[in-house]
Amino acid sequence: MQAAFYLAGAVAVASTVLMLTRLNVVHALLFLVLSLIAVAVAFFALGAPLVGALEIIVYAGAIVVLFVFVVMMLNLGDEASEQERRWLAPGIWRLPLALGAVLLAGAVALVLGGSGAGVVQPVAPKEVAVSLFGPYAIGVELASMLLLAGLVGAYHLGWQRRAQRPEEEVRDGLDTGGARVAAGRDTVRPGPRRPPRAA
Amino acid sequence: MLLAATLFALGLVGLLVRRDVVFMLMSLEVMLNAAGLAFVAAGGGWGQPDGQVMFLFVLSVAAAEVAVGLALVLRLYKRTLSLDADAASRLRG
Repeated sequence: MQAAFYLAGAVAVASTVLMLTRLNVVHALLFLVLSLIAVAVAFFALGAPLVGALEIIVYAGAIVVLFVFVVMMLNLGDEASEQERRWLAPGIWRLPLALGAVLLAGAVALVLGGSGAGVVQPVAPKEVAVSLFGPYAIGVELASMLLLAGLVGAYHLGWQRRAQRPEEEVRDGLDTGGARVAAGRDTVRPGPRRPPRAA
Repeated sequence: MLLAATLFALGLVGLLVRRDVVFMLMSLEVMLNAAGLAFVAAGGGWGQPDGQVMFLFVLSVAAAEVAVGLALVLRLYKRTLSLDADAASRLRG
């Protein structure tokens, strides 16, 4: 169990470092999936199977699929990768690495100096569920409201983008009228046969 | 806990180093994940289920944050045709 935890932790750290140093977004995403799955294995080793399964389902399943969709929609070319390579000069890493090292040193000192959690005791999913819907019921409601707000916010942002597309096309000088007709989005364009608006 | 601290520091470094908005979002994911790992490890250490409950809340926060963040990324890309966070500094309301 301990060996599995440390192995998963090493894999998680290594894949996170690899994720940060990739230039291609898709490669970085694959390393992110690997890191999340390694953390899920660490959860299983910690005796928290419910959370491990949720980690795989929600993080590695839903969230990464969202990322993949956005990356596919953005359709970045080689020039973005080239720009990142130019900006990722070794000197750039110094200050953030120093900040991260300070933070890490503080956290390590805190963990090692404290009383320490000792041996991890497994917590059954049933206890989690009882606690979740007992004293934390208000938290569940707040989380559902947060998710609803996130849903509405994401929908609002995406919807505005579609509404503004014609002006942006004019501004960018792109002619995608044919594609729009092919997509069938112009069937309700206001034309001369439109009934006159009441004055 | 050491693993959680290391992952959090790595996520912070990534957030500071990369200028690509998608990479910044992924670093945020790593940091949230590290916080959740710390919660679960602490809950396991004391044998309490509260840590896992908190992880579920962290999970829902991460999901909402990623949905809104990726919608913002799409908007930014449509507006500036690039994914660099510095391009957004020229925005005017």
